Amino acid sequence: MTLVLFLEQTLNGLQLGIMLFLMAAGLTLVFGIMHLINLAHGSLYMVGAYVTASATMASGNFAIGVAAGVLAAGAAGILVELLALRRLYGRDHLDQVLATFGVILTFNELTKIVWGPHALFMAIPDTLSGTIEVLPGVPYPAYRLFIIGVGLMVCVGLRHLIVNTRLGMLIRAGATHREMVGALGVNIDRLFTWVFGIGAMLAGLAGAMAGPMLAIEVGMGESILILTFVVIIIGGIGSVRGALVGALLVGIVDTYGRAFLPLIMRSVLDPAAADSVGASISSVTIYLLMAMVLIWRPRGLFQAYGG
Amino acid sequence: MKNFRSLAAVMAALFMTANAASAEPVKIGMITTLSGGGAGLGIDIRDGFELALKQRGGKLGGAETEFIVVDDARKVENAKQIATRMIKQDDVDVVTGIVWSNLAMAVVPSVTRAGKIYISPNAGPSALAGAKCHENYFNVAWQNDNLHEAMGQFVTDQGFKSVYLMAPNYPAGKDALAGFKRFYKGAVAGEVYTKLGQTDYAAEIANLRAAEPDAVFFFLPGGMGINFVKQYAQAGLISETPLYGPAFSFDEGILKAVGEAAVGTFNTSQYSHDLDNDANRAFVAAFMEAYGRKPSLYASQGYDAALLLDSAIAKVNGNVDDIDAFREALRAADFASVRGAFKFGPNHHPIQDIYVREVVRDGDTVTNKLVGKVFTDHADAYAADCKM
Repeated sequence: MTLVLFLEQTLNGLQLGIMLFLMAAGLTLVFGIMHLINLAHGSLYMVGAYVTASATMASGNFAIGVAAGVLAAGAAGILVELLALRRLYGRDHLDQVLATFGVILTFNELTKIVWGPHALFMAIPDTLSGTIEVLPGVPYPAYRLFIIGVGLMVCVGLRHLIVNTRLGMLIRAGATHREMVGALGVNIDRLFTWVFGIGAMLAGLAGAMAGPMLAIEVGMGESILILTFVVIIIGGIGSVRGALVGALLVGIVDTYGRAFLPLIMRSVLDPAAADSVGASISSVTIYLLMAMVLIWRPRGLFQAYGG
Repeated sequence: MKNFRSLAAVMAALFMTANAASAEPVKIGMITTLSGGGAGLGIDIRDGFELALKQRGGKLGGAETEFIVVDDARKVENAKQIATRMIKQDDVDVVTGIVWSNLAMAVVPSVTRAGKIYISPNAGPSALAGAKCHENYFNVAWQNDNLHEAMGQFVTDQGFKSVYLMAPNYPAGKDALAGFKRFYKGAVAGEVYTKLGQTDYAAEIANLRAAEPDAVFFFLPGGMGINFVKQYAQAGLISETPLYGPAFSFDEGILKAVGEAAVGTFNTSQYSHDLDNDANRAFVAAFMEAYGRKPSLYASQGYDAALLLDSAIAKVNGNVDDIDAFREALRAADFASVRGAFKFGPNHHPIQDIYVREVVRDGDTVTNKLVGKVFTDHADAYAADCKM
């Protein structure tokens, strides 16, 4: 293994982490602030991907497609919040899991009715389709670099929103002193709808970014949702900073596991066994990471705002 | 008294004819993947099967047929539960439909042990073809290794000396690489097992590039194949290091989703929509009219599963409860397969030709085109281990 390969894998890990962060930021806000377990977050990701693919195809413009995907996911999120989830805030987590699982099934069926059961095609925009030599001898896909850029921009934007704006202040206050914020005359219901809408738009953005790279198919949200939950548990529920650190950790650990574990196993086992043992262990590395973090810090790396 | 006797005889006769007319329909249970990742495969199999059923007015072999389809969502637990319900509660005569080998391994032995017939329209794990074969188990598609074996031969014939191998970490993935290596004579540049249902392949692609192989052989069915081919093309590798795989990595569903990126690659299959025989021409036309898309190999396998049942049920006049006769009728495989010549080997797995297809542009779409034949009357490598 060379240093260049190691650096390339690190970049791959970062990129996967950024992708997970887009999902985790919204989920952790909703979970931390509204105390709602939203399994349907993955469905909003799917809506983002499908609408982006369709709108890009129709308009021939990737930027228009992404905007449509993000807005559609936001709208779908707000609609779901108003129609279904609003009734669940006071209920226990099991009810929420059950109800939002129902929302997943509904979205999956609706998607199948609207777009059909087979995966959708989505081309990568021409300007982002090539590779860029980031390291000597390593042509890296331009599109993956673009995702890293978008993710970092979202990071900065979210930080600004939470630290410097009135909405951000209310979000922080709502997370820790919900009743007090309500008593001071803030419309908590509307605040929650806003938070949910922002979370949904972030999930939609993640879906839109994933479209050109992944299979756009029914159920695509579920596989990323599990990773996203691991991320927010590692990062500390409710903390956006925790979501960023958790996402990057999960991205890098997962990538290193897949890239290097089989190689390491080959030095101690015979090749046939090493390949399958390495593959089996690398598929659980992030869960091992989660277990270790929880032993060390039972509430995750970053506790949400004073909570 | 005499009158009474004749009345009784008439009544008995009436009763018997009524009984014959309302004979139990043949019950067929299909367990397949209709939702989540990999749903495209199960939907193709179901659509193929249902097309054959529709063409025969809802009857197979002239007998009333009750067809139950249940979604397993590619989960082993679901498939086992559904199978138990179909055997114990619905009392089906035949079970079919499973797409994935890990599900098949969990379900098929309990179905065959319960005295039911299982017809596999897809998964053909090596264990069920060899030591764990069963007289009630028939595979109408292929043994898992077969298409990969053909690609091993084809890649060797093309003169490649160093090939990188990739497959998911589950029984069919192991069978795939074992099959490929059985006929591939060059060196293996690397061998990677990935997670079933994996979405991101950046780490694997970086390792692959570093290994500098001449070619890549990959078995990634359904959404996994779409993810990999898209990302491989984006890494700029497709023109440098060509991709080869079984038809599972290049079925019509995958080609529709990856588009131009796959043009110029080769894959091996027992079926192609442009196979030139009467049964296939009729099938392709009917399928396209019914569903508005080209049939994939999965659809052809679902259709052939129904045709096989149709032929066997007709031979036993709908009396599938006589399982020995029914089994013999199935073994005869007396139907016109859309792939052309077809017969069962001693372990109830196909003996068939395997072709190579090239991915080509066809107007606005991308599709498979038959370009040659790799094996004639190819049988699997496990038949000798099967004691029936």
